Amino acid sequence: MKRVICTLLCLAMALSLAACGQKPAEAPAAAAPAATQAPAAAPAKLSGTVSTDGSTSMEKVIGALGEAFMEANSDVTFTYNPTGSGSGIQAVQEGRCDIGLSSRALKDEEKAAGLTETVLCYDGIAVIVNPENTVEDLTLEQIAAIYTGEIKNWSEVGGADAEIVLIGREAGSGTRSGFEEIVEVKDKCQYRQELSSTGDVITTVAQNPGAIGYASLASVKDTVKAVKVGGVAPSEAAVKDGTYAIQRPFVLATKTGVQLGDAAQAFFDYVTSADANEIIVAAGVVPAN
Amino acid sequence: MKLNRNLVEDAVHGIFLLLGLVTVACVLLITVYLVVSGIPAIREIGIVKFLFGSVWASTAAEPKYGILPFILTSVYGTAGAILLGVPVGFLTAVYLAKMAPKSVKEIMGQAVSMLAGIPSVVYGLVGMMVLVPGIRKLFHVPDGASLLAAIVVLAIMILPSIIKMSVTALEAVPKEYEDASLALGATPEETWFRVSVPTAKSGIAAAVVLGVGRAIGEAMAVMMVAGNAANMPSLFQSVRFLTTAVASEMSYSSGLQRQALFSIALVLFLFIMLINAALNFFLKGEKQG
Repeated sequence: MKRVICTLLCLAMALSLAACGQKPAEAPAAAAPAATQAPAAAPAKLSGTVSTDGSTSMEKVIGALGEAFMEANSDVTFTYNPTGSGSGIQAVQEGRCDIGLSSRALKDEEKAAGLTETVLCYDGIAVIVNPENTVEDLTLEQIAAIYTGEIKNWSEVGGADAEIVLIGREAGSGTRSGFEEIVEVKDKCQYRQELSSTGDVITTVAQNPGAIGYASLASVKDTVKAVKVGGVAPSEAAVKDGTYAIQRPFVLATKTGVQLGDAAQAFFDYVTSADANEIIVAAGVVPAN
Repeated sequence: MKLNRNLVEDAVHGIFLLLGLVTVACVLLITVYLVVSGIPAIREIGIVKFLFGSVWASTAAEPKYGILPFILTSVYGTAGAILLGVPVGFLTAVYLAKMAPKSVKEIMGQAVSMLAGIPSVVYGLVGMMVLVPGIRKLFHVPDGASLLAAIVVLAIMILPSIIKMSVTALEAVPKEYEDASLALGATPEETWFRVSVPTAKSGIAAAVVLGVGRAIGEAMAVMMVAGNAANMPSLFQSVRFLTTAVASEMSYSSGLQRQALFSIALVLFLFIMLINAALNFFLKGEKQG
């Protein structure tokens, strides 16, 4: 009798293992609904590859767009090579990829060398403080001095007498590299805390009256106060028209006068159309179109 | 019929063997993978520079990969947790095993089990919301995310393993030993601390080592309360542990930075192997003693 039970148990275990094995196979089906937001599939079935190369900061937005595009056009292979803006621009110039990705505007000499820039979206970064903080407005220079540790007390910028607590993101984060590049404090920040998500930054700033942090504009909540930078309050409109200082464009670089391949052209049209806005916003940036 | 039985038995044996081998295979796979992916970065950076360098700046223009701050933080943090957790856990265990009336023992035992079942992210969340602001106000420091916060969280997290294992060890002390001591005129307290505890000492030591293992390997809860700046450890400064160094930068890392994270994981793995060896040593001692 014991043996019978034992055998049954073993069978049950084997079966449950088999059942576990099936789960991953179901996962793609569960992810499928996301595809419905993707572009209406092109009339003729597209095939081919879309290769992109460049900015690591754009990983999130371009990755999400690429996935959505591939969901809708199953025969298209989308690739993204995170090499950095400079390398991406060079790659498209040399014809090693279809679309170069740059998290800065193209320089005049790059445009002269035969590249066209199309702004995909803008990455606006809000500087946030605790709601109790009386400081409303900081200049870019003051922010730089705060993050490099030159200004240590809120009273030096018109606030209460309290030590400034610098909250930042972990090394490798796109928000961090964006912020540090624009404010020109790269590798010089004296962070007190390095947190690995935007949500953690916001929670921490919301709790500590002396804290200052940064977060992508789209994710700022009421629990913290976004300060004006040089007198301009951060908003989508201010980011789009360029008056808000801590922002950068995410640019698609293509060769001037050279027709993209069918698949690449379809991808380009899709990401620059309003259809892609939902995905762009979900990636935490402000769509340009 | 006999043949049939044998067949079933063999099959059952086979299944059990297979299931056992899955575990062994996992351990081997992880070990090999860690060594293979951890060695290249150590080679490139140089083992002395890697283990004893005091600056970690993985995404700087001139990256520095020194993990001494992480190693020291892990060691100090674990030591602190043991210092706080062991006396509390040990005395609780003595109380539960020897003094507590049956009803109290049952309820307390349940509570300890529940403490063990709480997911580490919950410890981290409560620490972040309650402990971190608490430390900031109590000690009048600008920010509460610190080594101290991590130590307190870890001390609570290791309590269940210390208590449970010590209780088991204390309850396994032969009743004759205690009876003899009592008959010789020793008070119950003298008996517990002079007879029961020394008899159970290798089990209690194993409990402490288990606590060390749990504390040094914890990432999530620590990441949420320690601040994660790569400072040399100091009680009220934000610090980064070996575990959190890997976890916080992994998501966006690339190139040598990513390889260096694997090397950190390898170092952590060696630490834990060492602790496991110590645990085995103590457990063996218990069997003989």
